[in-house]
Amino acid sequence: MLTNEIVKNKLIEKFGDQVSNFTEPYGMLTFEASNEINLKLLTFLHDDPELEFTFLNDLTAVHYPDHKGKELAVVYLLQNIKASLRIRFKVYASIEKPDVYTATGVFSTANWLEREAYDFFGVNFVGHPNLIRIMNVDEMDYHPLRKEYPAEDQTRIDKDDAMFGR
Amino acid sequence: MRPVTHNTKVKMVEVPQGYAGEGFFTMKLSEAVGLARSNSIWPLPFATSCCGIEFMATMAAHYDLARFGSERLSFSPRQCDLIMVMGTIAKKMAPVLRQVYLQMAEPRWVMAVGACASSGGIFDSYSVLQGIDQVIPVDVYVPGCPPRPEAIIDGFLKIQQLVKSEDIRRRQGDQYKELLNTYGIQ
Repeated sequence: MLTNEIVKNKLIEKFGDQVSNFTEPYGMLTFEASNEINLKLLTFLHDDPELEFTFLNDLTAVHYPDHKGKELAVVYLLQNIKASLRIRFKVYASIEKPDVYTATGVFSTANWLEREAYDFFGVNFVGHPNLIRIMNVDEMDYHPLRKEYPAEDQTRIDKDDAMFGR
Repeated sequence: MRPVTHNTKVKMVEVPQGYAGEGFFTMKLSEAVGLARSNSIWPLPFATSCCGIEFMATMAAHYDLARFGSERLSFSPRQCDLIMVMGTIAKKMAPVLRQVYLQMAEPRWVMAVGACASSGGIFDSYSVLQGIDQVIPVDVYVPGCPPRPEAIIDGFLKIQQLVKSEDIRRRQGDQYKELLNTYGIQ
């Protein structure tokens, strides 16, 4: 039976110190990787006959404004359906050059998920076939879930800021 | 005496001011038109969320909007006189709402039902339109989150008052055209 330990050992054997920070919050294997190897990592996890992480549960991004040089994290959640095992890994990119290789070649479902991450966080997925906004209006000229933008609509003029906790 | 008990509680619209004589009745054309229009408004429900549920209650037997001459809802904007916008309008929905408004024939009225349609409500957010009056002109705002059917009916009666008292040439007037121009219409 596939366990977190087996997955972890196989990854360290294959990628050495390019994968790091292994933790298991709530029993879910979590680690970080360099953003250069995210495609190799995904392909290995997907194709390896023992690992077989064939299902991409979710792909999203997080903005950490205090992590200089690695402000944007892209999070992958993968599942091995046979063993019912889920893992999570993160790759980081700087906000000045938020380039991450697209996962659409490995998982077709990554297409829309990466468009969403691009829409809200501005992650540039290199090689994506159609990297345009998916949720917000096309005219929007910023990435609204980045921390420097307030959640409130700044075009609103009828509200007294002091009364609404802005 | 006939066995039928007549309903004595029926209320009729009062006879408008005018000059009556033997076999004729004269009044102002605009008043006659207003009277006819205000008691036969066809509403277009543009319901996107919980206010729409309240509207369903308003239409149903208990509150019965049909009492005010709005028996027939129409889901084609081309046949409607009144668009009732009920619910949160996302910015992505705004062009759709505008398109529906443009498809309505003059004279047309707009009612913003509930906090979201009137001002964006609690959704003070990058994705929500902060009041539909940013894209189309609004005649009556109904407050509430969501408003009770009584409030919606009250708003509807306000619309009826507007329709009844509207000058018959208002829609050709410069002031009205200027208003539409501020919304980039025509």
